[in-house]
Amino acid sequence: MTLTVLLSSPADYLPVAIMFVVAMGFVLTTIFVTHLLGPNRKSKIKLDTFECGIESKDNARVPFSIKYFLIAILFVLFDVEIIFMYPWAVNFLDMGMEGFLKMLIFLGLLLIGFFYILKKGALKWE
Amino acid sequence: MENTGTTAVQRSYTNLQGYEGPGFMATTLDKAVGLARKNSIWPLPFATSCCGIEFMATMASHYDLARFGSERLSFSPRQADLLMVMGTIAKKMGPVLRQVYEQMAEPRWVLSVGACASSGGIFDTYSVLQGIDRIIPVDVYVPGCPPRPEQILDGVMKIQELVGNESLRRRNSAEYKELLASYGIQ
Repeated sequence: MTLTVLLSSPADYLPVAIMFVVAMGFVLTTIFVTHLLGPNRKSKIKLDTFECGIESKDNARVPFSIKYFLIAILFVLFDVEIIFMYPWAVNFLDMGMEGFLKMLIFLGLLLIGFFYILKKGALKWE
Repeated sequence: MENTGTTAVQRSYTNLQGYEGPGFMATTLDKAVGLARKNSIWPLPFATSCCGIEFMATMASHYDLARFGSERLSFSPRQADLLMVMGTIAKKMGPVLRQVYEQMAEPRWVLSVGACASSGGIFDTYSVLQGIDRIIPVDVYVPGCPPRPEQILDGVMKIQELVGNESLRRRNSAEYKELLASYGIQ
């Protein structure tokens, strides 16, 4: 049995480099050549924003009233409160007095918040 | 059948002709591209009335348009190959349909399903477009009021035939440009 000593020189990695170049070359060529190969038509209407066939108007990024945001975010806040109340309602008897008091504290805190936004006039639409 | 790469069934399905040997087949680029295109048509359903209901049946499991490689509906014209117009197109809907067609990527085909889309059908009135070919070029018409799903499938197969046999140069040809120009499409 002969023992060959394997010594790697940088030249041995040439196939890897060639492989890399071919792979990159294939990807780049395909990306750019497809634009030239297929038929295309670049008219004003073609490149317009697609709005289900209806003519697009104005910019999509327009400022709108902060009231919508406030109402939406407050809705989410109190929506989450309900999420906590459901499991409590299901386990109402198991949790007993202790659970009831805990929920009372939780709801009390939220109620303070509710009165705060009420006083601040966050829910006043007009 | 001796020593051919494809079976008789496969060959009749793809309808390809070319040089054949054991395990391989050589054909022209046109035909290879046509084969790929015709078996992966992405339709854009433009369903405005009862023909659209028949189309729903065509898409569902019983008739199953997926057998023809068209299960992937595209609700954006950007990726759609085939515009399927199904239903009455009112004159007010005309510009919308036209815009959707114009925003489709080339190459694109149009299938007009049902009497209304093809000719206005029974609605011979001031408000209804008397056939969508007044505003956009149509490739295949499917008759019926509404047509049965089998008829719609037949229409799709006719489209497949057109797609499979289309020359790669057609969309750049003067004839095609003239056709679009006659519709006022750039």
